[in-house]
Amino acid sequence: MTRSETFTFVAVYLALLVLLAATTAASFVDLGVWNAVVNLGIAALKAGLVAWFFMELRRAAALVRLAAVAGLFWLVLLFGLGFADFLTRTRFPS
Amino acid sequence: MATEALPPLAEPFADRRQQRTADELGIWLYMATEIMMFGALFLGLALYRVTWPAATAEASRHLLKWIGAANTAVLLTSSLTMALAVLAARADRQGRCVLLLLATAALGLAFLGIKAYEYHDEYTQGLMPFAGPGFPLQERGTELFFDLYYLGTGLHALHLAVGIVLVGGLALRLLVDRALLPDRAVTVAVIGIFWHLIDIVWIFLFPVLYLVAR
Repeated sequence: MTRSETFTFVAVYLALLVLLAATTAASFVDLGVWNAVVNLGIAALKAGLVAWFFMELRRAAALVRLAAVAGLFWLVLLFGLGFADFLTRTRFPS
Repeated sequence: MATEALPPLAEPFADRRQQRTADELGIWLYMATEIMMFGALFLGLALYRVTWPAATAEASRHLLKWIGAANTAVLLTSSLTMALAVLAARADRQGRCVLLLLATAALGLAFLGIKAYEYHDEYTQGLMPFAGPGFPLQERGTELFFDLYYLGTGLHALHLAVGIVLVGGLALRLLVDRALLPDRAVTVAVIGIFWHLIDIVWIFLFPVLYLVAR
């Protein structure tokens, strides 16, 4: 267990806390639709930090990274096809 | 890493690197199924929000935002102790690893305790379905928000409870059998990946549920 690895994890943790403070603070300001964009963007950034550093995807083999991305890929299909219906209904009323 | 320890080579594998990749691949395939299951829940929440924007904002206003934020910090801290426990396991620092695992489990229990306080607060306000006094909100569609809220946070709490049993049990096992490390450090790492995924689910649940309204 090297000191630099411990330091990296603590730095990632501090970054996560800063992002948590930022997303909470942003929720008190009225930004219209940008509130959702900021909150979800920060959440995605936090999840990326956790996956890349804490879950050690930065050290994982290509095959393991592929398995991790596979879950994400199906999620894109789920949301893409789900929203293809719901977000277009008002624009093209039946 | 100074001491990159790997478990003893088992039957079907050609070398240790391949064996470790197989261990990680196994847990990540399981994580992919978890991502898909929670993904369906998040799609439900997103479609609900698109369909009932006013009801989402009104209902979300009744959640305890600061307590949700504090609980997020608790879970992020538990992820740090878990990640450090994996480093300690690989470096054969048994005592340090056990302490960090116990800290992780304790932080998980703290999260569940804070969540229980929230549930109780919502119960007394009548926000919980099938329990407590009558539902107080007039806005149409708000009850559905709380159904999804309990489904999401309940499923998350169930996963966290399983994680606490796994992490706590691993700590006890390391206390009893001192010969496990560093050979079985991969067990600590694999349970760690499960723990971090529970953290990631909460990272998304927090803004989607608590941060909708001002």
